[in-house]
Amino acid sequence: MNWYFYFRKSKGILFYTLCVISALIAIVPLIFIFYHTLSLGLKAINWDFFTQLPKPVGESGGGMGNAIVGTMILVGIGSLIGLPIGIFSGIYLSEYGNNPLGTLIRFFTEVLNGIPSIVTGVVAYSLVVIPMKHFSGYAGGVALGILMIPTITRTTEEMLKLVPRSLREASLALGIPEWRTILSIVLKTGLGGVVTGIMLAISRVAGETAPLLFTSLNNRFWHTTLDQPIASLTVFIYNYGVSPFDDWIAQAWGGALVLMLLITSLSLIVRNITKKKF
Amino acid sequence: MENNKIKIVAKDLSAYFGKTKAIDKISLSIPEKSVVAIIGPSGCGKSTFLRCINRMHETISNTKVEGEILLDDKNIYLMDAVSVRKKIGMVFQKPNPFPTMSIFDNVAAGLKLNGIRNKKFISEVVEKSLKQAALWEEVKDILSKSGMSLSGGQQQRLCIARTLAVNPEVILMDEPASALDPISTAKIEELIYDLKKNYSIVIVTHNMQQAARVSDNTAFFYIGELVEYDLTKEMFTSPKNKKTEDYITGRFG
Repeated sequence: MNWYFYFRKSKGILFYTLCVISALIAIVPLIFIFYHTLSLGLKAINWDFFTQLPKPVGESGGGMGNAIVGTMILVGIGSLIGLPIGIFSGIYLSEYGNNPLGTLIRFFTEVLNGIPSIVTGVVAYSLVVIPMKHFSGYAGGVALGILMIPTITRTTEEMLKLVPRSLREASLALGIPEWRTILSIVLKTGLGGVVTGIMLAISRVAGETAPLLFTSLNNRFWHTTLDQPIASLTVFIYNYGVSPFDDWIAQAWGGALVLMLLITSLSLIVRNITKKKF
Repeated sequence: MENNKIKIVAKDLSAYFGKTKAIDKISLSIPEKSVVAIIGPSGCGKSTFLRCINRMHETISNTKVEGEILLDDKNIYLMDAVSVRKKIGMVFQKPNPFPTMSIFDNVAAGLKLNGIRNKKFISEVVEKSLKQAALWEEVKDILSKSGMSLSGGQQQRLCIARTLAVNPEVILMDEPASALDPISTAKIEELIYDLKKNYSIVIVTHNMQQAARVSDNTAFFYIGELVEYDLTKEMFTSPKNKKTEDYITGRFG
C-alpha cells in the first residue's frame, strides 16, 4: 500500500460522492413539490371535490368533478391522435428511415418538440376552432395530440433501434413477413421503453394549460357533447390559483394534487399491465 | 455427391455489400439429405454465401446479389422471399431466442406469427421439434419459462427447434457452435448427424475438425472464391489445391 493506492482510491470515492450528491439534488425539488402540494391540497379534497360542480363565487364547497373528467377526456382524445401517429412514425424512422425522408422527419420532429405548447394551441385554434366557429373538446384534444407526437416518435424510434438485429433476422429467417416481425418481435421486445415514452408524453400533456386556453377553453358545468367547451384540471388550477378567494386557491391546490395522483396512478397501472413476463 | 439427388444449385452467384464484392461467381451443388460444410478464413464470404441461399443477404440495406440459386430446379430469386425462408431455415452463430417469449412460444413463433391458430397442432409441432432438437427432456416441465433462462447450448438447440417447427427442407447453420462450450458443441454435432436423415444441411464453420466430423462434402472458400469442393474425406486426406492444403494443415487462416 503506497500513496498512489490511496490517491487512486480517493479519486473513486470522490467520483461516487459527486454522483450521489447530484442524484439527491435532482430529486429534492420533486420532493418539495410533492410535499407542498400534498400538505396544501389534501385540505381541499373530499368526496364532493370529485363529484360536484364548482360553486359560484361566495358559496363554499363544490368540486371539480367536471374538470377531472374533462382532463381525462382531453388526454384520451390526444392519445387517440398522438399514439398511433407517434408509434407508427417511430417504427418508420427505426425500420425504414435510413434515407433522406427519414432525416427530414427526424429534423421536423425535433423542431416540433421545441415549439412552445402555446403555439401548438394557436395551430389547433386555427385548424379546429375557427372552422367550427366555437371552442370545443375536440380542439383541445387535437392540440394535446400534436404535442404528444414528437416525444412518442423519438422514444419509439430510439427504443426499437435498441432491439438487436439478430432478433429481426431470426424472425425473418423463420419465414415471418417483415410487418409481422416488426409488430410481434421488434415492437414487443422494445415495448417497455415505448411505453415509458408514451407515459412521458401523456404526463406532459396532462399538465398542459396554455394550449387548452384557446381550444377547449373551460366550462363550469358538465359538458354534454365534445363539440362544446370542456373543463380541464389545469385550466381550473390556473383560474382558481390566480383568483383572490382563499377557498378557490385551496381548491386549486386540491386540483394540482388530484392531477399529480391521476398521472402517477395511470403510470403505475400501465407499467404493471405491460410489465415483462419474464 | 454421387447417389443423392441435388437439392440446391448455386450458379455463378456473386454478392455485394455496396460496391464491395463479397463472393465472386460461386457455383456449387448441395445434395439432398446430407451435410455440406463451408470452411475458409475470416472474410472469405462463407457466411454471405449462406445468407444468399435463404435470401437473408438482401435484408441488409445496400446489398446486391447476381446469379441464380435453384431450389429443386426453381430459381429462388424469382420466388417470394418469405416463402423461400419457410423452406430454407437458418440457425445463427449466437443463440437468439426471442426474449419476450416462453420456451414454448419461441418454438411456436414461426407457426403462430404466420397465422396458424390450431392449438393442438401447434403443441404437437412444438413437442416434435423439441424432441428432434434433443431438448425435450430438458425443458418439458418448464415450457412456460423464458427462453433466455436456458444455458447457451440449450438456447442454441431451442433455436434449432424453432427452425425445425416451420418444417423446412433445408437448414443453414452459420457457425452454430462457435459460441458454445465443447460439450454443447458435441451435442449440436450429434444433432446435425441426426437431422441429415431428413434435411439438407449447409454449415459454415471455423472449426476444421468439426467440418471433418459432421459433413459429407466440404467447400473451401478463399477471398470470395470457391477454391475446392469435394467429398469431405477426400478434402481432408488429399486436397487437390495447394491453398486448401495450406489452410487445413494450419499454415494460414
